[in-house]
Amino acid sequence: MSMHVFPGLPENSPIPDSQISSKDTGISDGHLLRPGVDLSHGAILYLDSISVSFDGFKALNDLSLVVDAGELRCVIGPNGAGKTTMMDVITGKTAPDRGTAYFGQTIDLTQLTEPEIADCGIGRKFQKPTVFEQHTVFENLELARKADKRVWPTLNARLDSTARDRILTILETIKLAPEASRLAGLLSHGQKQWLEIGMLLMQEPQLLLLDEPVAGMTDDETMRSAELFLTLAGEYTLVVVEHDMDFVAKIADRVTVLHEGRVLAEGSMKNVQENEQVIEVFLGR
Amino acid sequence: MALGFMPLAAPAGGFALARLWSGRMWGALAAAAFVIFIVVPIGNLVVPETSAFHISEYAVTLAGKIMCYAIVALAMDLIWGYTGILSLGHGLFFALGGYAMGMYLMRSIGLDGVYKSPLPDFMVFLDWKTYPWYWSFTQHFWYCALLVVLVPGLLALVFGFFAFRSRIKGVYFSIITQALTYAAMLLFFRNDTGFGGNNGFTDFKRILGFPITAPGTRLVLFMLTGAALLSFLLLGRAIVTSKLGRVLTAIRDAETRVMFSGYNPVYFKLFIWTLSAVICGIAGALYVPQVGIINPSEMSPANSIEIAIWTAVGGRGTLIGPVVGAAAVNLGKSWFTQAFPEYWLYLLGLLFILVTLYLPRGIAGLWAKKP
Repeated sequence: MSMHVFPGLPENSPIPDSQISSKDTGISDGHLLRPGVDLSHGAILYLDSISVSFDGFKALNDLSLVVDAGELRCVIGPNGAGKTTMMDVITGKTAPDRGTAYFGQTIDLTQLTEPEIADCGIGRKFQKPTVFEQHTVFENLELARKADKRVWPTLNARLDSTARDRILTILETIKLAPEASRLAGLLSHGQKQWLEIGMLLMQEPQLLLLDEPVAGMTDDETMRSAELFLTLAGEYTLVVVEHDMDFVAKIADRVTVLHEGRVLAEGSMKNVQENEQVIEVFLGR
Repeated sequence: MALGFMPLAAPAGGFALARLWSGRMWGALAAAAFVIFIVVPIGNLVVPETSAFHISEYAVTLAGKIMCYAIVALAMDLIWGYTGILSLGHGLFFALGGYAMGMYLMRSIGLDGVYKSPLPDFMVFLDWKTYPWYWSFTQHFWYCALLVVLVPGLLALVFGFFAFRSRIKGVYFSIITQALTYAAMLLFFRNDTGFGGNNGFTDFKRILGFPITAPGTRLVLFMLTGAALLSFLLLGRAIVTSKLGRVLTAIRDAETRVMFSGYNPVYFKLFIWTLSAVICGIAGALYVPQVGIINPSEMSPANSIEIAIWTAVGGRGTLIGPVVGAAAVNLGKSWFTQAFPEYWLYLLGLLFILVTLYLPRGIAGLWAKKP
């Protein structure tokens, strides 16, 4: 990837952990409500023996997963394998019946609410693009921007030039600069997907969870998304749930296969594709 | 860099009042202020009654009353139009503000009641010898003014906290607020509650020592109501054009995205909900001395539904629309209920259906520019 394709995002290969944990992106007025994530052991996300059941149906069954800081992990699996439920657990939407979920070494995700988890540095993109349709593209990014998000500071918030520059940079990154003053509801499906990703970037998260980020995109948009995600990996940690195998093959460092609420296989795309259990689940019955 | 596309991105610092509205809108507001503070007082007090330009007592009081309704519609717009939370219990907050002011007005009657007793007539009637404890200090205007704000505010804060924390939304929230105002109405209907039962409070004589029906007093109340309406319009506009206002609209349109962006919607909803209730309480307190009565029928579910209709007719999410809507519907009502009294509710229902079908953006949508 060359830098001019995605201005504002440094050209990089995975950078040392120490640099990730003390990442300074130049936004000084962001009020960090929680201490930064501790990445001293190289991993950013630990899920240990997580179980979730809905009315007896085990959506997640003893799921354990570790994601390293800076990697781009793809999660695949048939419908009902628990991919979205896993994201619900990580982002605080669903409380697990059993098991632990840690962000870095110290932050226990099961104890936090959705906004607190977002504030810690986990951004989530939904399967169906979810943006603020009655706000302009610019305002969508402004609202997502990392800041003190309590009521009073929000009432008094003014947009300074640093923040404006940051928004303009992200607008370039997601290729929506010409649409900045349009209502987000008027964007095409693919543009909404990109706007939502842009909103995640504005949050300056450490970990991005992307649920089917290229669903409904044209081939061209899909290709550009692949480029974007590869640029993001390293600076951010990405966990991508996707059905599009070509897309997964293009971007993944490592692939995790979920089946019936647990990890079936993990490894490079090639390893996973040759795994007999995986073949059976995907092609067998 | 081209920054022309950012109408809402106000530069840091500076007094942003001028940026709240366009020049035309400021002109309209200045005209409204001119009418309220100059034209009406002169027309009412200076112009002789024989003149065609005289403004009658009846007109002043009606206009004052309608401005109280307009304030309520404005408060409703903040919570419904901008935040997407339909309250069908806003009449309760209005009535509570009215009752708090009514307590002071009852105390001010002094010995001039029918029974010539220091107690209000209804307490004499119930054979009570002293004021119940919750009437303490109500002879002081400042204390009742405090109650006007605190009672609706605290009720809204506590109710809202539990409702929003439990993530009660949409029609469920509307039904619970409707039940809340209905329950309060039943409570206030009881004589033992100590607020005059079904008669409520009436027969007021004076406010802060001034005779309450004197033309001068009425005019001052009218102007205070106008000042309150204009101030709340400014306050509302300042809020909805702030970043907080954009968060409120975002909650209306995509609440989960708001949560996953790191905002806790509970506190944002609680802020605007409580503010809305307080504004309603103040409107109620301005209303009671002008109409001369407050009773539990103000808490009836139909009243709260009517508030929602004013807001919808005027145009949700525009602030000025609901003000116009409240005025239009109530002017229509005061004419129609004289001409065809038994058909008013049918007309109101029909109006609501027609507006929903053919004017989803209300009266304000008629001249608003297409996005």
